[in-house]
Amino acid sequence: MKTSSSRQCPSALRAKLAGVPDSAFPSPAIAAENLVKRYGDFTAVDGISFSVASGESFGLLGPNGAGKSTTMRMIAAVASRTSGSMTVAGLDPQREGPQVRARLGVIPQQDNLDEELTVRENIIMYGRFFGLPRRYLTSKADELLEFAQLTRKASSRVEDLSGGMKRRLTIARALVNDPDILLLDEPTTGLDPQARHVLWDRLFRLRERGTTLVLTTHHMEEAEQLCERLIVVDHGQIMAEGSPQGLIREHSTREVLELRFGMDRNSELAAELEPVLTDAAIGFSHIEVLPDRLLAYAADAEAALERIHSTGRRPVTSLIRRSSLEDVFLRLTGRTLVD
Amino acid sequence: MTERPVRPRQAEPSPAADKDALGRAASVRGVLFMTERVLRSMRAYASVILFASVANPIIYIVAMGLGLGALVGQGTSFAEYGADSYLMYIAPGILAATLMMSGAIEMTFPVMEGFKWRRGYYAAQATPLTPRQIAAGHICAVCVRFLLHSAVFLTVMLAFGVLASPWAFLQVLTASMGGLALGLPIMAYVAALRDDRGRIALIQRFVVMPLFLFSGTFYPLTNLPLPLQMLGWLSPLWHANELGRVLSFGQPTPVWLIVVHAAYLVVMILLGWLIVQRVYTARLGYDEWRGRVPGWRGRQA
Ligand SMILES: Nc1ncnc2c1ncn2[C@@H]1O[C@H](COP(=O)(O)OP(=O)(O)O)[C@@H](O)[C@H]1O
Ligand SMILES: [Mg+2]
Repeated sequence: MKTSSSRQCPSALRAKLAGVPDSAFPSPAIAAENLVKRYGDFTAVDGISFSVASGESFGLLGPNGAGKSTTMRMIAAVASRTSGSMTVAGLDPQREGPQVRARLGVIPQQDNLDEELTVRENIIMYGRFFGLPRRYLTSKADELLEFAQLTRKASSRVEDLSGGMKRRLTIARALVNDPDILLLDEPTTGLDPQARHVLWDRLFRLRERGTTLVLTTHHMEEAEQLCERLIVVDHGQIMAEGSPQGLIREHSTREVLELRFGMDRNSELAAELEPVLTDAAIGFSHIEVLPDRLLAYAADAEAALERIHSTGRRPVTSLIRRSSLEDVFLRLTGRTLVD
Repeated sequence: MTERPVRPRQAEPSPAADKDALGRAASVRGVLFMTERVLRSMRAYASVILFASVANPIIYIVAMGLGLGALVGQGTSFAEYGADSYLMYIAPGILAATLMMSGAIEMTFPVMEGFKWRRGYYAAQATPLTPRQIAAGHICAVCVRFLLHSAVFLTVMLAFGVLASPWAFLQVLTASMGGLALGLPIMAYVAALRDDRGRIALIQRFVVMPLFLFSGTFYPLTNLPLPLQMLGWLSPLWHANELGRVLSFGQPTPVWLIVVHAAYLVVMILLGWLIVQRVYTARLGYDEWRGRVPGWRGRQA
């Protein structure tokens, strides 16, 4: 997918199609062109271009230090760009910060809830920053707590909440101004799997409602679950762009065979296995060598395993699974997402 | 604000729907939003604040006025300063000193909390508020605390018959100015730190405490040897004390000196605000400076 295709409709084209109402060309929620951010002589974001349509759920997938949070902060109108251009809700975040921030809901990577206040007061106080009337906020807070499944905790102090509840409260708080765009920076990092699934369910509902979501994650399952489209980011650059399924199709095989032989003969073994597996029936692509295991990429991993067994080699463990974004990342960068 | 047209009866629009209006409201009233927020967190220890503002003057009155005053008052007349008693002489100083000390609390710990410990400033940063409004809101909340504290203090003083003139209530202003004139530079310093590393405690011990003792709070500054007097001239507290005495019991003071006292405080406040605003903008604005690590000499990451 070309990023430029979904950018703001050029006025020349618009003129040609006179008579068609303007609303037929909705400007994108976010359009970033050649975004660069340097800290001193270190380049954290190195020429990123993307665009997010209104109502889309868009992800930035990448390992720690890839520049995801930095990109999010530039979108959120709290960090400057070194160069490049960007519009958020049609406005330049760097010149019209307050107006842009009025349109956003932000879930930062690091929680900054007020631990001294109750759950409910946290939402109300945050709403006051937007100048929303207290009368409106009291009923809005109830609605948001219901959505975040925190109604029963409404009068608890924030310090008494679990990590997952705090995260849900942060999301509820970010929704207080009915944002046009919701920015989520690693929404579930550090949560246990159960809390993570509860949160995904809430975010999925927002996605269903048509809220524009932009989220960063280094968790590939999260990206697969929540993003319609994503960019894979590494070292501040875009490695690939597409839908989760499209990326997997494009950069990986359907299935993966994970093999552990024990000992550190892995790279030797990989070299031995490659000719064995190279066969149209298996749909073999390549082998990745990880410190503790081999990953054999093949359309039919079952057949690949049988072939290996037939040569008399006995892996200590073997596992067949579908390809994931993790494999895409490994393919593109030679590294794993989580270290 | 333009007047809203009469709405049709059905479907009340959400006040959050008009985002332009939210942005405009923040640009007009943003400081108030932040003030409200800081006052709210002060409310968590409101009872302590209230108790302190009532108990503090009473303790001082008993200890200094009656105890020490009995000792000092015997051989010393405060008539040349315009005061009827030692208690009357030190009352304005005690008010100014108390505000200075509560300023040195409210403009240090909560600042470190906002940037580092609880990161509340970063919550505000994500909203339409600007860094300058965030700083100003914090300061306004401290001013509200100053005003409440002074009002309670002066009421207690009134009850003890220590206020000689109705002008005395104007001390609310001069004492608050004294609190800000020291508090703002300290706030700027703390806001520039990435970590506390005991710096706030150092400030309390080696800036606030000495100023409390050497600013002519309990005795005329002229009692000290000249080098120490000169230290007092630099102290915002001394200027606030002297203005308080002029207002409270008409301490004879040349007009030029009154002007100097007031001007010194105003200049310190303006300079302090200028720096505070710069530091907040550097940390919460687009430049996202992370703050200085105390004791760190080398290059910063
Ligand atoms: N304010 C800053 N000053 C200097 N370096 C920074 C700053 N913020 C982030 N970085 C650096 O930029 C890189 C990208 O950081 P970040 O955007 O937080 O990555 P991610 O969110 O993908 O983990 C990291 O190497 C980080 O250390
Ligand atoms: Mg990050």
